[in-house]
Amino acid sequence: MQVPAYVEYEKATSLTHALSLLAKFGPEARVLAGGHSLIPMMKLRLAQPETLIDINGLTELSYLDSTGTELRIGAMTRHAELLGSRLAGQHFPILHDAERVIADPVVRLWGTVGGSLCQADPSEDLSAAFAALEATMVIAGIEGKRTVPAREFHIGPYETVVGPGEILTEIKIALMPGGGSAYEKVGRRAGDWPVAAAGAAVWLEGNLIRTAGIGLTAVGAPQFAAREAEESLIGAPATQEAFARAGRLAAEHCRPVFDQRGPVEYKRHLASELTVRALRRAVERARG
Amino acid sequence: MRITLTVNGTEYSRIIEPRLLLIHLIRDELRLTGSHWGCDTSNCGACVLWLDETPVKSCTVLAAMADGRRVMTVEGLAAGTRLDPVQEGFARCHGLQCGFCTPGMMLTARWLLDHHPDPSEADIREALSGQVCRCTGYENIVRAVRWAADYEAAQDQADHS
Amino acid sequence: MNHDHFRQQAYGPAARKEDARFLRGKGTFVDDIALPGMLHGAMLRSPLAHARILSVDTAAAAAHPMVEAVITGDMLAERGLAWMPTLSADVQAVLATDKVRFQGQEVAFVVARDRYSARDALELISVDYEPLPVVMDAGLALDPAAPVIRDDLGNGRGNAIFDWSAGDKAATDAVFASADVVVSQELLYPRSHPAPLETCGAIADLDEITGRLTIWCTSQAPHAHRTMYAMMTGLPEHKIRVVSPDIGGGFGNKVPIYPGYLCAIVGSMMTGKPVKWVEDRSENLMSTSFARDYHMRGEIASTADGQILAVRAKVIADHGAFNGAAQPAKFPAGFFHIFTGSYDLKAAYCEVTGVYTNKAPGGVAYSCSFRVTEAVYLIERMVDRLAAELGSDPAELRMKNLLRPEQFPYTCPTGLEYDSGDYPRALRTALDLAGYDALRAEQAAGRQRGEYMGIGLSFFTEGVGAGPKHQMDILGLGLADGADLRIHPTGKAVLAVSCQTQGQGHETTFAQIVAAELGLSPDDVEVVHGDTDRTPFGLGTYGSRSTAVSGAAAAVVARKVRDRARLVAAAMLEVAADDLEWSGGAWRVKGDPEQARGIAEIAMAAHSGLDLGTGVEGHLDAITVYNPPNLTFPFGAYICVTDVDAGTGQVSVRRFIAVDDCGVRINPMIVAGQVHRGLADGIGIALMQNITFDAEGNCLGGSLMDYLLPTSVEVPSPELGATVTPSPHHPIGAKGIGESATVGSPAAVVNSVIDALAPFGVKHADMPLTPAAVWCAIQAVANTTKGVKAPDV
Repeated sequence: MQVPAYVEYEKATSLTHALSLLAKFGPEARVLAGGHSLIPMMKLRLAQPETLIDINGLTELSYLDSTGTELRIGAMTRHAELLGSRLAGQHFPILHDAERVIADPVVRLWGTVGGSLCQADPSEDLSAAFAALEATMVIAGIEGKRTVPAREFHIGPYETVVGPGEILTEIKIALMPGGGSAYEKVGRRAGDWPVAAAGAAVWLEGNLIRTAGIGLTAVGAPQFAAREAEESLIGAPATQEAFARAGRLAAEHCRPVFDQRGPVEYKRHLASELTVRALRRAVERARG
Repeated sequence: MRITLTVNGTEYSRIIEPRLLLIHLIRDELRLTGSHWGCDTSNCGACVLWLDETPVKSCTVLAAMADGRRVMTVEGLAAGTRLDPVQEGFARCHGLQCGFCTPGMMLTARWLLDHHPDPSEADIREALSGQVCRCTGYENIVRAVRWAADYEAAQDQADHS
Repeated sequence: MNHDHFRQQAYGPAARKEDARFLRGKGTFVDDIALPGMLHGAMLRSPLAHARILSVDTAAAAAHPMVEAVITGDMLAERGLAWMPTLSADVQAVLATDKVRFQGQEVAFVVARDRYSARDALELISVDYEPLPVVMDAGLALDPAAPVIRDDLGNGRGNAIFDWSAGDKAATDAVFASADVVVSQELLYPRSHPAPLETCGAIADLDEITGRLTIWCTSQAPHAHRTMYAMMTGLPEHKIRVVSPDIGGGFGNKVPIYPGYLCAIVGSMMTGKPVKWVEDRSENLMSTSFARDYHMRGEIASTADGQILAVRAKVIADHGAFNGAAQPAKFPAGFFHIFTGSYDLKAAYCEVTGVYTNKAPGGVAYSCSFRVTEAVYLIERMVDRLAAELGSDPAELRMKNLLRPEQFPYTCPTGLEYDSGDYPRALRTALDLAGYDALRAEQAAGRQRGEYMGIGLSFFTEGVGAGPKHQMDILGLGLADGADLRIHPTGKAVLAVSCQTQGQGHETTFAQIVAAELGLSPDDVEVVHGDTDRTPFGLGTYGSRSTAVSGAAAAVVARKVRDRARLVAAAMLEVAADDLEWSGGAWRVKGDPEQARGIAEIAMAAHSGLDLGTGVEGHLDAITVYNPPNLTFPFGAYICVTDVDAGTGQVSVRRFIAVDDCGVRINPMIVAGQVHRGLADGIGIALMQNITFDAEGNCLGGSLMDYLLPTSVEVPSPELGATVTPSPHHPIGAKGIGESATVGSPAAVVNSVIDALAPFGVKHADMPLTPAAVWCAIQAVANTTKGVKAPDV
């Protein structure tokens, strides 16, 4: 069996403690959340941190609540907790759609929302869901907290704006009435990373789309978002034609790459097809 | 570093390297070899055991992370000589062949039934979908879990009547 | 018949004896074993697919405080162990000395005091490689300009391994020339891997004082391995003991000997301590026995009204860098010549060319009797292609052409003699179970709504239970199996067999066989297997040969015991042996059946002071060697119902109907379990399992994230049916069943998906039918009709 290289280990007891440990051990330290992305990388020796700061004891980062204007998701919320949250599902069914197809039930019990986001895999599902919802990330550092829009969170594949001494602590989503959302994914098998996936969040005024967010993953969409497709929908009637146009724009503006999951043309097609399907279901949900 | 954990009700204290994987602590140090490993990428589920109240793929957890926690492995599933209904179901329904995935399957099944005592076939298949069996085609595993659910429901009814 | 009645009591769906230990986590798999002082090995592997080794520097690794030995190819060469024979009489590098020939090839072996240190020390070895051009495309391997992979052979044959053919070429060509309809199709059976959940591994322990070598190993063939270890190492065979403890699935993967096993042996020789080596999952997928990789062209000829006349096939077989194919020596393409299938043909001919490529060596029969799977896929896809061409229903076309019961025993055009069958009955049973006509009606209605449901059939015949010694051997070892049956004085029995269970339930089934023959309870029969010191010689468990060969041996040896018991019973009852008949599980006096003695009483008497008469030895123990007169030929009819999402290319398998005929069923519960497994295999192989490589030779299927195995949600609840046509030559009429469904089901899945895509004009798509492959197949037709080039998949 593959085994990690030598590493030091520190158990953080609070956010403040975790940040001070990060400061103490410097840029070669890594935060260890659920570990289901980091530990496999360490076993393959693709990641060889000098020190792990275990934040599994930070119950203060494990919560899911509403302030009345925002849904707040603590970064240490396990995937299964988000999937099991009635509150999250009631406001944003896209999160349940996405969680249902992330990895598998046992992995979801340990893997964390924040850990997945910080791993920043270009095929990660929640990144697309949060992009569609235009969520806000809260990042804590030794100096205090700062917020970053979900669509500015990623720098590139496996890279985020979270600095060496910082920890992602929370994801916030504004609560707005009249919305509906959905997530559609194609994998090769249960538990597979997506070949492509699309998330849509729409808010209606009558039959018109007031605002729409579209997230895409695994297809090289900048910041996991399909901006041109979104813009085409604003003020448009929620019709199949409008969805199809959005799908075409989503496909046109993404940059998928060929791999074992499929050729570029196919992934581009999926960007369109899944955008249309997600929009259709999101609108159905918005209409109740 | 020193860790202390409780495995199947027995407390163990060991000095370990921080990089030691939980599955290796359990198998190689504590010599509880009922938990297996089958991949390195948390895809197969042969290493599933319980950490506190939930199943986990123990090839993807450091032993250090289990410090102060409780572990349950397949060796802790039976109550003395009395098999857990899930174990009984696997035997009755031919839910195992080579036996390699079986401990992980049973531990996840136990968790499922604890939280969802009357699962549909689809619920069972979904719950086990992160664990690979190469022998049974899953059919008899699903039947085994359903057998355990029915057995427990009948027991409950007997207890309440 | 009384005897059959009693046999039926022992046969039946009995719970398995082996379950008790596994359910409690008390199995003993190789990696569960820890010996005092045991060291741990780790393998350094080549990152390149083809490169010359300029130097290997192990100094830093050897200096690691926890490292006890570092072994290189040059060190093995000094012991004459740098190369080892493969199961196909080729040679394979144990640790590379000259070149590496595939990514993941073994280069150096570290022995350390714990497994983490062994792994760490690999990082300290530096190897200087000179990259060489690679050959990744089997079709281009024979190009005269292709780099020669096996320059070590110096045979001037480039990358060619063998040319093999079967059937009558001229007669086949003549039938094709005059046929009304000829359909041809290129078909790839992609490279797959058995991927048992337990990877391969070994513990070698050479006792320096006694000179005894004990190897605990994931072996499907412990006796054959013992002989091979003796031949390789020069150690005398009586000083070698191979133990296959509990095995976490084999499926062909654990038939060969791998370099890691030998390195563990050498490590033990060098350190004087036991050495354990267990590969990780990537090592398993990247370096051990792949399966299939058959690049086929099939042709089928028929009359205008659908009488199939002949089939022809041309195959390039990709064997990777070393020919490690596991199959009988005279059959370099295994039993591929069973590609005439289940049909009454006038003629057939096939040619198979084996080639080397810069890929992992093999291939093994992955739940398959030596290339039967490839053959079944070929004929069953061709029959469906023909049906589409003729506008016939694929069920009707099959029914029209199936061999009829009165044609058995039937010698197929390539020379195999099928032992028994009632094919139309099996197909009818499957069609009835499926509700075939209703399914077709549902399909037609669905198409009106833009729903694409597919109904795929496959009818297969396997040849399993290798095999007759005069025809079949592996490295000179004939494929016969021994059995040793001891009856203790209290009437309890211990059966020792050479084959080894990896989950098939031998401890239960074989006890039932013996129990049925001797009138015992299966609980009174203990089955010993997997330890060469405790079992008679035999060739192992693969190719569905356990019940077909060792099961036959078990029945025969039990009958020998029964014959011995008759003499003792005669002495007990003071009658002549000829006056006794075996009936109701006891020897009875003819005409006076109350005068009877069962095996338990007879056993005690056989050990007692009773005068047994002149020349009667006493005791009841017996031994036998079973040399099968022929293969057995299980068959079956499968129907797979799929739903295809044409917008995404996703396939879901809705139903799988499987009617198997494996002759007499000893334990129907275990038989059904074997079929369940194979159907899941078929879904996996048809839809997702694939070992692919990039142009530089990097393996793209090296983990279970990339080499996808089906999970509980892709596999539906199977619907099984059975017919029973006993094998006329097997002692209890049984045939093999362990692999039928893996063999028969992939064609049913593919036929189903292609059937679903018929409205788009899709005629064929190669496995695995991933969402991308399905979508591209639709696009290829759409673009062809528009005159646009199809995208590369």
